[in-house]
Parts: sequence; C-alpha cells; structure tokens
Amino acid sequence: MFDRAMRRKLFSHGMTILTGATVVIVLIPLFWIIYESALLGGSVFSLGFFTQNIPAPCSAHTGVTCSTEGVGSAIQGTVYLLLLASLYSVPVGLGAAIFAVEYGGQRAFARAISMAADVLSGVPSIVAGMFIYALLIVYEPAIVFSVFSGSLALGVIMLPIVMRTSEEALRTIPHSVREAALALGISRWKTSVRIILVGALPGVLTGVLLSIARAAGEAAPLLLLDNGSLHPCLSVDTVCQSLSLTIYLGATSASSNYVAIAWGAALLLIIIILGLSIVSQLVLNRTARKWGQGS
Amino acid sequence: MAILSDTIKMDVQHLGAFYGKSRAIEDINIQVPDRKVTAIIGPSGCGKSTLIRCLNRLHETTPKARVEGSVLLDGEDLYQLDPTAVRRRVGMVFQKPNPFATMSIYNNVSAPLRFNGRPSREETDAAVLRALKQAALWDEVRDRVDAPATSLSGGQQQRLCIARALAANPEVLLMDEPCSALDPIATAKIEELIGQLKNDYTVVIVTHNMQQAARVSEFTAFLYLGKLVEFGPTEDLFERPKEKLTESYITGRFG
Repeated sequence: MFDRAMRRKLFSHGMTILTGATVVIVLIPLFWIIYESALLGGSVFSLGFFTQNIPAPCSAHTGVTCSTEGVGSAIQGTVYLLLLASLYSVPVGLGAAIFAVEYGGQRAFARAISMAADVLSGVPSIVAGMFIYALLIVYEPAIVFSVFSGSLALGVIMLPIVMRTSEEALRTIPHSVREAALALGISRWKTSVRIILVGALPGVLTGVLLSIARAAGEAAPLLLLDNGSLHPCLSVDTVCQSLSLTIYLGATSASSNYVAIAWGAALLLIIIILGLSIVSQLVLNRTARKWGQGS
Repeated sequence: MAILSDTIKMDVQHLGAFYGKSRAIEDINIQVPDRKVTAIIGPSGCGKSTLIRCLNRLHETTPKARVEGSVLLDGEDLYQLDPTAVRRRVGMVFQKPNPFATMSIYNNVSAPLRFNGRPSREETDAAVLRALKQAALWDEVRDRVDAPATSLSGGQQQRLCIARALAANPEVLLMDEPCSALDPIATAKIEELIGQLKNDYTVVIVTHNMQQAARVSEFTAFLYLGKLVEFGPTEDLFERPKEKLTESYITGRFG
C-alpha cells in the first residue's frame, strides 16, 4: 500500500508519539500528587497550622470543633529526629567515605565498604526499624519506643546515602590536586581533610541534604519505634510525633479535621523534600563548574 | 661518573622503581650537583617521570608502587627520613598546572606555610611576596592576589605552582615536563625563570624536548627503557656523546 520510505516515516512518527505519551504518563502521578496536596493541603495552611499542636479529633457526636491547627508538634518531632539522625550518620558516613577514597586506594577493603553501603541502602526501611527494635529490646528496653530509637533507624537509612554521595564528591577532586598537596610536604591527613574535603564540601553537603530529604519522608520505622504521641516531645527517651506519622494518623482517621491535617502535612513534607533536592542540585552544579575549570 | 669540582646535592644510588610487579627504572646512578640545572631526557615511557618522582618520595604514594636503592640528600638517605619532611626540602612542579582551584592566588602560594605550621600574617605576606617575585609572577598579579587561582592563564598558573613550591623554601626543585602544556611564549618565560632559580636552588627538570634540555641545563641524563644510558655535562652529551644510543637519540634517529 505504502512504499518503504513512507512506512519508515510513519513508524518513526508513531514511535515518537508513543514515547512522548509515556513521558506524559510518567509525569501524571507527580503533578497529580502535587496538585492534590496543594489543593487540599494548601487550604489548611495558616500561621496556627505551623505553630499549634495536633488538636483533638472532631466528630458530630462529641461536638468537638473541627480545628485543623496544626502540626507544630510534628514539625518539632521531625526536626528532632533528623538532627539526631544526622548526628550519627554524617560523621560516620563521612569518615567511611574519606577512608574509602583517600586511604583505601585500589584496595579490596575500600571497595568492599562501598559495596556494603550500596547493600545497606537497599535494605527496606522497616527492616532498619526492626533491627534497631531488636537491638534495643535486648540492651536498652526502656527506650525501645522513643525519638532516640526512631532517629537511630533513620540514621541507618541516611548512612549509606551520606557515605556514597560523599565518596562521589571526594572523587571529583582531581588526583593532581592530591599530588600537589603531598608534594608540598602537607601530610596525608591534612591533605584529605583540609584540601580535598574542603574542596568537596558542597558535594558532601548535597549528600547530607539528600539523605535528610530521604529520612524526612520515612514513616515505616517510626510506626514501629516512635509512634503514638500527639504532643511535642521534650527528651530523647520519649515518643515524638513527626510529619510522616501525622500523614498516617490523618489518612487512617475518621475525623474530618485529621484528614485535612494529613493533607497539610503531606504538602509541607513535599515542599521540604523538593526544596532540599533543588538546593542540593544547585550546590552541586556550582561546584562542578569550579573544579571543571581548575585542573 | 662523578662530577668533579661541584658539590653534590643529591646522590642517586642504584635506584630502581616498580609499579606492582613491573619495573619502571633500574639501577640508576646520578649525582645531581648543587645549584645547577640537571635535565633528564629520553623517549616517552623511559622512566623519566618515575625517576623524578622517586626524588621526593612521591612515587610511593601510587598504590602498589615500590622503590629500591637510595637517594642521598646532602649525604642523608631520603628513604630513611619522614616523607613529608623530604617533600618540604624537595619541591615539585608538575606537567599540568595544578593550583588549588578553590583557593585564591594568595592562598595557593601560602598553602605550604599555612598547612605545615602556624605562621603570622607578616611571615605569610613576606613569603608570598618573595615566592611570587622569584616565580616572576608578582608584576602580573600584584593587584589581584585575592582573585581565584583559576582566573590565571595556563602559563601564569604554572608559574603560580612554581611560586607555591618555592614558598615552602625547598633546597631542590623538581620539574616534571613543566612546559609541555604551555605555548611557546609561556615556555620561554619558564625557561628564563629556571635560569634565575638555579642561583638559589638545585633544579632537576624532566623534558621530552632536547632543545630545552640543551638550553636550560648544565648536566643531562639520558634514560632509555628504564636504564641510564649516559650522564654528564650537557654540552658533552649533546656534542660528544659517548654512547651510540645517545647519539642516535639526539640526532633524531628514534624517540
């Protein structure tokens, strides 16, 4: 019917349209989620939403007024969890990255550490939670359910991300820079920390931000270890609320105000994670330009 | 092949170097005279760079690299000393300019002082000024020492690296093909600079460019396949080579 050239052209156009359509399908969930969260979550945003603690659940029977203010205790809990988790995962991840890049060289041990980190990053977060649960129930049963144990689990999740991204960042510094420093009689440790690490700092920061973004959205280990409080927590051995837990709480609740709060928390979480991702990408682009120009 | 009437600064004795199991240089014996320019020439892959990297113990920083034999600096074996102490006494300039890209011109030059001690601002200022003047860069950067090192041209970056090496106050300056990434004008400037530096420093320069060796050095070592073929005054080596191999190489029959 058609000649060969025509068939080719038709096929080419057809495939272009088809692959274009898949792109649209990929993007639909992203924008739908953002749109829905912005619509439903945005409507509860107010000053009180960020400062007030989670209200009582409302219903027609009890006559409690349906307040959607707010998620203050969840924000506080999330910040608390992330700060604690960063406290363990950043120094350890960074130390392991420095060892693997600056001291490990080609050694099999350094490669084994990197591979172990990759495996760890593939461990489901609920397994990380279960691990901390099992560990603490044996050694420190009093704090099994606490913001401390929750943050340990988040730390385990953050650790491989911090390590691998820091490793990548350290490797972007050209070898010639290490040689330049060593040839000046600067010790290996000072070269690693004060020249290579300082040069790679924006990349390392990117890794830390990305790992925080990842941990901020985690709910599974917290459901196990740090669940059940609506109030701000005061010490590390008490249970905290978090934004991710608030979403779970609201989504499974029959109270209309809790559902609204859950959407608000979801929107807030999306904004935080998106913000962290964008900032880290900007930082990374700037560094790449700097070293690209260098040696 | 001792060179009479000159003080020996570095005495390379039976030096061999390996990368893993493969041998790069073998049984090298050279006496580097004090405050003179010694050139190391030879075709690509003959071990010139490996040799020079053994003189400040940088070779051993490569994974699986190994050195045998000894290198005496003022009669002391480098390989019995602390490597960082050795590298402060024996500075090095590399093939490609390698300034610290995140640092300013000033901070690049002052890096060896700042990282190896706690100098006062006055000491650092004085050392940076001296080093930049010695590297013939001061006039070009005097108004912008706080500008990023990467804002300089390739030739200027290489002189910055020379200044940085000099700021550490070394006794010997090793140069590993310092002009190979530069244009002819920048090359001429570096060569002129080498002529001045030998008043204060012992210079060892690796070059694949025989004319350059003839222009800048008093002594030349010719390496071939990891072995020292001939070592002597540059003039003798180029005009009256003792070895057939040297003659073939300098007349361009191979290499």
